[in-house]
Amino acid sequence: MTETRIDRRFAKLKAEDRAGLVTFVSAGDPDPETSKRILAGLPAAGADIIELGMPFSDPMADGPAIQASSLRALKAGQRMTKTLGMVAEFRKSDNETPIVLMGYYNPIYVYGNERFLADAVKAGVDGLIVVDVPPEADEELCLPALAVGLNFIRLATPTTDAKRLPKVLANTSGFVYYVSITGITGAAAPDVAKVHGEVKRIKAATTLPVAVGFGVKTGEQAQSIAKGADAVVVGSALVSAIEKSLGENGAATGETVPAVLDLVKGLAAALRSR
Amino acid sequence: MTTTSTADAKLNSYRSGPDERGHFGLFGGRFVAETLMPLILDLEQAYKDAKADPAFHAELEYLNTFYAGRPSPLYFAERLTEHFRAESKTGGGAKVYFKRDELNHTGSHKINNCLGQILLARRMGKTRIIAETGAGQHGVAVATVCARFGLPCEIYMGATDVKRQSPNVARMYMLGAKVNPVTSGAGTLKDAMNEALRDWVTNVENTYYIIGTAAGPHPYPELVRDFQSIIGKEVREQMMAAEGRLPDTLVACIGGGSNAIGLFHPFLDDEKVKIFGVEAGGHGLEVPNGHAASMNGGSPGVLHGNRTYLLQDDDGQILEGHSISAGLDYPGVGPEHSWLKDTGRVKYVSVTDKEALEAFQLCARQEGIIPALEPAHALAHVMKLAPTLPQNDILVMNMCGRGDKDVFAVAGYLGIAI
Repeated sequence: MTETRIDRRFAKLKAEDRAGLVTFVSAGDPDPETSKRILAGLPAAGADIIELGMPFSDPMADGPAIQASSLRALKAGQRMTKTLGMVAEFRKSDNETPIVLMGYYNPIYVYGNERFLADAVKAGVDGLIVVDVPPEADEELCLPALAVGLNFIRLATPTTDAKRLPKVLANTSGFVYYVSITGITGAAAPDVAKVHGEVKRIKAATTLPVAVGFGVKTGEQAQSIAKGADAVVVGSALVSAIEKSLGENGAATGETVPAVLDLVKGLAAALRSR
Repeated sequence: MTTTSTADAKLNSYRSGPDERGHFGLFGGRFVAETLMPLILDLEQAYKDAKADPAFHAELEYLNTFYAGRPSPLYFAERLTEHFRAESKTGGGAKVYFKRDELNHTGSHKINNCLGQILLARRMGKTRIIAETGAGQHGVAVATVCARFGLPCEIYMGATDVKRQSPNVARMYMLGAKVNPVTSGAGTLKDAMNEALRDWVTNVENTYYIIGTAAGPHPYPELVRDFQSIIGKEVREQMMAAEGRLPDTLVACIGGGSNAIGLFHPFLDDEKVKIFGVEAGGHGLEVPNGHAASMNGGSPGVLHGNRTYLLQDDDGQILEGHSISAGLDYPGVGPEHSWLKDTGRVKYVSVTDKEALEAFQLCARQEGIIPALEPAHALAHVMKLAPTLPQNDILVMNMCGRGDKDVFAVAGYLGIAI
């Protein structure tokens, strides 16, 4: 498979000898216009890789923060076509920052796998994380995605034991996303020492970069988690910042975009200062 | 797409599914987060081992007989049969039997599955049980087996359902279960299932999830079906004893479809047996988002671990659906039913809330049996079907639950002051 923006970004991070910051926000949260402005501001604020959530009505692996974020976006009229449109618009001014679409299988399946992959490539998407398509179903979506040049990023978890890890890694590309806890997004903070050991275990089994996520909320946590890893993912904290910035009617305020970007700036600074 | 629909393949048997990866043709599979995958694979192995272990079957049979009260009677509904014959415009009127699974301990067919799964949980060394429930029948059955085996138990139930099925909520508490009302979404069964999955992914090490219907990731649809198939197996024997032959027609209600697959599965290869599954038509199939008929009014998609027919919009967002019956108010259906629909082996129809309420009252008055609102849906279709069938047609309807839990809600709908 040819080199992707994700591959190039991790090479750059390695050259700079620092761990990258992967940021997650839901596409269309809290509304399409505000979401576009957040997306456009993320690279300058210090996001090295952008995970853009494809909102789903039933986000079974997500905690309350991302559930609420997903529902806000859907309520504001977000659809798959609009999510892909956001990426295309972002690409007009940024051809470097990788974008990974993250979400659940059903909206992709209903859009049509082949059509989705073609439109994602056309829009400038670099990779996919689809929470509920395990390696056992690789021929459905993972292999077709690789065939059109998209990275398919797999989650490895504390329950992915030595026996299973090779299966999870087999068709993974771009990077491996290590889920630091058994749980949902935004839950309790991970045990840092344990995570370091787990990341070591995964790195011993692959040459791919490893990003660590789930439960990372502060710059301090990000900094300590980052040791030994190639990137840290922050999501729930960012969408919670969106939620807190909203007016009484649930609409975006002047605070919304800066609230997210300032948090990203703080996280990025922490990761660059080690 | 991985598999072509077996709808166009020549089948030797309708009873051989699922394949080793949990597929019933296009449907089924294992669409879960990685955290759960190792456990799902463990469960599959544990179930294989249990199936091959005579001690497992012996213990289950013992519990079915002495704890659940099986076999449940096959009852000739004589007055309803007379009623349908009087109604028939063609001089017909099928002979109607009820499979009385409402007489089981806990009041529904749900105990069949819970006894099987609690034994599996014990074999796997799990120390904590969780479950989702809609009408509360499954929740009560889970709370019951957890009390019986001394395991702590948490039940997720939509906040809307907690209100409309309060007698069952009280029963769960009395049995020592913790009931967690779920407020996300519309607060019904789908949301309860999401929340149960979130609990499971968090407590995967020690927790066993007793799924209540023949849906979810493989091997749940298979094992729930197997545990519920005792219904159809008993009907075969009981009907041979009563009539000396197999029935001509089977009818059962479909939410997730566990009682229906339990009745249908042992008869799938008896091609002369006509089989009807009855979905919840709510306000009517023509009312957008006003029904819970995922096969008659939905399209294939992936939710809660399996590919199946779903109520959803054209962006793949799941709809809430609506039914008067909390047990049928689910936007999906077990994958085997989706496959049986596409192969044409089972005919899936729907009845409205109003028709189900009429059947509920007819059954109470004619037979002295207050049905749950779920089998009242099945009976509403029997009311349409039986008068059109000849008198020598033998029809079996699964009376899968009793209506005690529904009396307050139905009294409200009928304007009866209590």
